[in-house]
Amino acid sequence: MRNIYLDHASSMPIDPRILDFAEPFLKSGFGNPSSLHSMGLESKRIIEDAREKVAELINAEDGGYIIFTSGATESNNLAIKGTALRNIKKGKKVATSAIDHISVINSMKELLKSGFELKIIPVDSMGIVDTGKLNDILTKDTTVTSIMYANNEIGTIEPIKEIGEVVHEKGLYLHVDATAAAGRIPIDVQSDGIDLLTLSSNDIYGPQGAGALYIKPGVKLQPILLGGGQERGLRSGTEDLFAILGMGEASRIIKKEMNKESERLREIRDKLINEILKIEEAYLTGHPTRRLPNHASFRFSGIEGESILLNMDMKYHIQVSTGSACTSKTLEPSHVLLAIGLKHEDAHGSMVLTLGKSNNIGEIPLIIRAVKETVERLRKLSPI
Amino acid sequence: MAQIGYSEKVLEHFTNPRNVGTIENPDGYGKVGNPVCGDLMEIFIRVKDDIIKDVKFRTFGCGSAIATSSMVTELAKGKHVDEAMKINRNDVADELDGLPPRKMHCSNLASDALHEAIKDYKGKKKVSRRMNK
Repeated sequence: MRNIYLDHASSMPIDPRILDFAEPFLKSGFGNPSSLHSMGLESKRIIEDAREKVAELINAEDGGYIIFTSGATESNNLAIKGTALRNIKKGKKVATSAIDHISVINSMKELLKSGFELKIIPVDSMGIVDTGKLNDILTKDTTVTSIMYANNEIGTIEPIKEIGEVVHEKGLYLHVDATAAAGRIPIDVQSDGIDLLTLSSNDIYGPQGAGALYIKPGVKLQPILLGGGQERGLRSGTEDLFAILGMGEASRIIKKEMNKESERLREIRDKLINEILKIEEAYLTGHPTRRLPNHASFRFSGIEGESILLNMDMKYHIQVSTGSACTSKTLEPSHVLLAIGLKHEDAHGSMVLTLGKSNNIGEIPLIIRAVKETVERLRKLSPI
Repeated sequence: MAQIGYSEKVLEHFTNPRNVGTIENPDGYGKVGNPVCGDLMEIFIRVKDDIIKDVKFRTFGCGSAIATSSMVTELAKGKHVDEAMKINRNDVADELDGLPPRKMHCSNLASDALHEAIKDYKGKKKVSRRMNK
């Protein structure tokens, strides 16, 4: 039976064109980009080329404002802790939405130990940040406000431009985690008014092990990794050349193909949503229209998400995700589902489908059948 | 090596659970867990001369919650109620070739549900004996 992968938000396969692009470099070997000899300079050139490509994906002023990291988690840590600590004289408050990624929330919680205050901005039942509340909560001494561009679990796209206006009127810097959104919807850091932006290589079909942080000219932050002063002194450590050149090429390819691909996936997504919502007591989580084109997320009453995941995988070879407590390391249901107002018992029954290049419209009937039969089977087993 | 994911046996019981369903007017009924925590299971037993003749379950929960429920019904069937009372969480996990550590407590309530059902049966038996006197 053919495999159908619907968990692109968790991990994506590398675009084979990136392997072709990387092959000659991998075979000839890399010099250390910090070395002054010809091999080192060639590596330096590769990194600068990748920087330009990443900058173009988000319309940054110049490649010089992009620094490479090991991934989105590190970018989020650096953006939040680095900026908050460097600007500590301007204030000791940070803010984020109730649905932001755990690496953002935990970076901010870490700052509590240094005497910072953390403000959580609520979202509505569809996951949209309440800009009125944001306006009430932020003060001049809120140095970093971090809001994700789009949510990985419920697909909701935030009104970033509007949020940026509030942040710049009331607080200081806006950091945006664009891990889930980049390559799916157009991002323009200049017109969106973004000061810092996180990107992940593997979320745009690039290799794992690379991420990037856009830092707007003039924004000051301090490093969290110290050493030889690579990446403008903000991220020491010899660069992961394969991952970085792969991320650059992935950015170039996805920018070029985004409109067409997002249109294609949007059609599949809408058909899936329409059909799955016909199941009794099936509900969409997140926003019905302000939603990532590759994202469909649901909850089903009376059943549990890990069982959904296992059943879809074992019986139908379809890989999905869930925000159920039973799959998390903390055994707590997803903070995102609780933040949009779901009760614990409802949050347990979630299923997230994230589409990508490997999916096609012909898979829809198989997916629908699998979801229907899975829900039916688990409900028969359930006493609720 | 530490156990990664579920054993083959857990997955087999999850995919083909034994003794699913309910028993009308059961001799014993036990229910444990809570949908808020993500696990809820109920067990029905039919008992004759203190031997568990039939047992059924229904479970809301994750893969291990369903697999342990299925396994406990298999272990209990045909046993004397006093023997069945001795089946504990570790027995169920062992019979399934182990459970991931974090699943040992939250999703391994099936033996508790069985014990509740047996207690219910014994309670009913006492009442009926008293009524017969």
